Amino acid sequence: MSIQFKKETFRNDYTFRNSQWAIDRFPFPFHEDSYMYSVNMEQHQGGPKGSVFEKRFDVDEHYLSEMEDRAIVLAEDPLRCQSLPHMTLAGWDLLELIMVSKSEDYPDLFELHREGNNWRWVNKPMNIDDQFVFMDETTLPYGPMEYITRQTQGDFAVLDQRDDNLWMDAGMVTTQADWSLDFDIGMNFFEWHAPVPKAHEMGIFVRALKFLLNIQQGSPARRLNWTMTVNPLLDTSPENYHKWGVEKSTLAKENVGEKQHLRVELQTFFRLPRSNALVFPIRCYLIKLEELVTVPKWGRRFHRVIRDLPEELATYKGFINNRPMIVEYLSAFDDGQPTSDGIWPD
Amino acid sequence: MSAGTNKIVVTVTDIVEINKLVKRFKFERADRGQLPVFSGGAHTVVEMLDRGVTRLNPYSLMSDPMNQDAYTISVRRDDEGRGGSLFMHQQVKVGDELTISYPVNLFALDLRAKKHLMIAGGIGITPFLAQIKQLSALQGHFELHYSVRNKTVGSYVDELTEIYPRNTHIYYSDHGQLIKLVQLLDGQPLGTHLYICGPKSMIAWVRETAASIGWPREAIHYEEFLAPQSGKPFEVELKQSNKTICVGEHQSLLEAMEAADVDAPYLCRGGACGQCETNVISFDGNFFHRDHWLDDSQKASGKKIMPCVSRFEGKSLVLDR
Repeated sequence: MSIQFKKETFRNDYTFRNSQWAIDRFPFPFHEDSYMYSVNMEQHQGGPKGSVFEKRFDVDEHYLSEMEDRAIVLAEDPLRCQSLPHMTLAGWDLLELIMVSKSEDYPDLFELHREGNNWRWVNKPMNIDDQFVFMDETTLPYGPMEYITRQTQGDFAVLDQRDDNLWMDAGMVTTQADWSLDFDIGMNFFEWHAPVPKAHEMGIFVRALKFLLNIQQGSPARRLNWTMTVNPLLDTSPENYHKWGVEKSTLAKENVGEKQHLRVELQTFFRLPRSNALVFPIRCYLIKLEELVTVPKWGRRFHRVIRDLPEELATYKGFINNRPMIVEYLSAFDDGQPTSDGIWPD
Repeated sequence: MSAGTNKIVVTVTDIVEINKLVKRFKFERADRGQLPVFSGGAHTVVEMLDRGVTRLNPYSLMSDPMNQDAYTISVRRDDEGRGGSLFMHQQVKVGDELTISYPVNLFALDLRAKKHLMIAGGIGITPFLAQIKQLSALQGHFELHYSVRNKTVGSYVDELTEIYPRNTHIYYSDHGQLIKLVQLLDGQPLGTHLYICGPKSMIAWVRETAASIGWPREAIHYEEFLAPQSGKPFEVELKQSNKTICVGEHQSLLEAMEAADVDAPYLCRGGACGQCETNVISFDGNFFHRDHWLDDSQKASGKKIMPCVSRFEGKSLVLDR
């Protein structure tokens, strides 16, 4: 099917909604009735037809509105996009990866024409038709990473690999779950994960780093992560916490199904060929509780997960105060029936 | 996660004898498509079917990393070795098909460096050839110090001195020419990174000298792939797989596992990357650790082994694989 792009907002009047198509393909992240950290990695080599796992870079109905929201964030705060000088080559790698992937995966929406280093990129949904010289920054309106990530949903952390570690040396981060590129830039893998509770003691990060360092060209990987967000806000950044943090206190019995969202990140990992850097796209999918509970299995399971989540995790994910209200709302959709294994609806 | 990386089937399209020890092989995709670009310092693992034994040997890619039409590698003949290089030298012909892995880089340039100082010995020149091509395209600064025995076995000496006369310094050890290392390392501008590829003794010498005059560890990069060595056959019990296998005289433990259809992880197959690290459940005998991955205390502990290059002799060995 061709995608019907929606005009909607992720701020002020919050007109964001999922269509039935988007609900049906939502990446529900819980494969069982409880949740604990794990290095839940798998190969990113396609997935069920129509699912968000199918393409290398998923494009959905929220594409144009998400790109508009990103442009607003960048206009207010240019430091959301940064690239240390040695990361320009990785930026070209990323531009190539996305242009090749999107033009192959969505030929009706994107075209890439290459003659040597003379490239022409056509992005039909965004009305872009640009000619430039590959590896020549002066021929693009932005640096290569910024240029392509202004046209691609999801945040991007571009990680340099050296000294058996990964370093947050470039990124485009405007749809983040309360972390800051400007704060983390230049940090290594253990430094930027320092605030996460429990996982260090469990040895999660040592194992995860070992896995990531060994991701090879042609063998990308993926995992899901999740948190909770009040109102469909893409930009839940520390920089703007004074704006969105207070919105958590607007949650009430009458509006919890409409305002409370499950926020799922599809995290993918690709080795970049010329720079040997690793790119870490973090794609955010939002769904209102009232949309989520339309799938009976998800309603039952989500109630049990949220109810039984360890306190540290509910605190870290920022919804400890609202948890009783959320659990009460969800309990109406849990009839106690058993749920089937795996994330897919029955 | 399954072993190794994605594979590419290639055709050998050219073989050039560089000198009496070294041959250069050119690979193009068998399906005539484009090969992946890579980063200078990367290697590929070549699969060889040698009289019923599958060997997988890593070789540094030496061609221009941006060239997607063909890859080239150089293979030095090792008459004492287990036969991988002899197979390449004697069996492989133009037109043959081979399977190679996607490029893997365990010897990448640190792109923050203001200058790249390269020290090569013998066939250790190959990863630098790709790195130099990459740096030339990116206007990076490099300086190469390359030690060979003499002119007749000095692979690519003429090419390097012709194209990069100001960056290349050649030393003929048969004529007593030695790299003046302390002087060289002392005179480098801040932000210089040091790269070493060559024989074990050279890597140790350069690393120790650099450390002794205060070079930061993070600025020193080296790569030495070890070829597995032959040894007495030994028996191993693989607990997870519920198999007992015999490692032959000219076979590595990793190769023996693969021959028994055990899915063992690997990348470099040369004791450097750590991917094949395996836990020892119990043993009665002696380990012959030959890798660069485990530290001395791990090697002494008897709890780990790197099956790509290390061996065992004794009564029993049980591994968690």
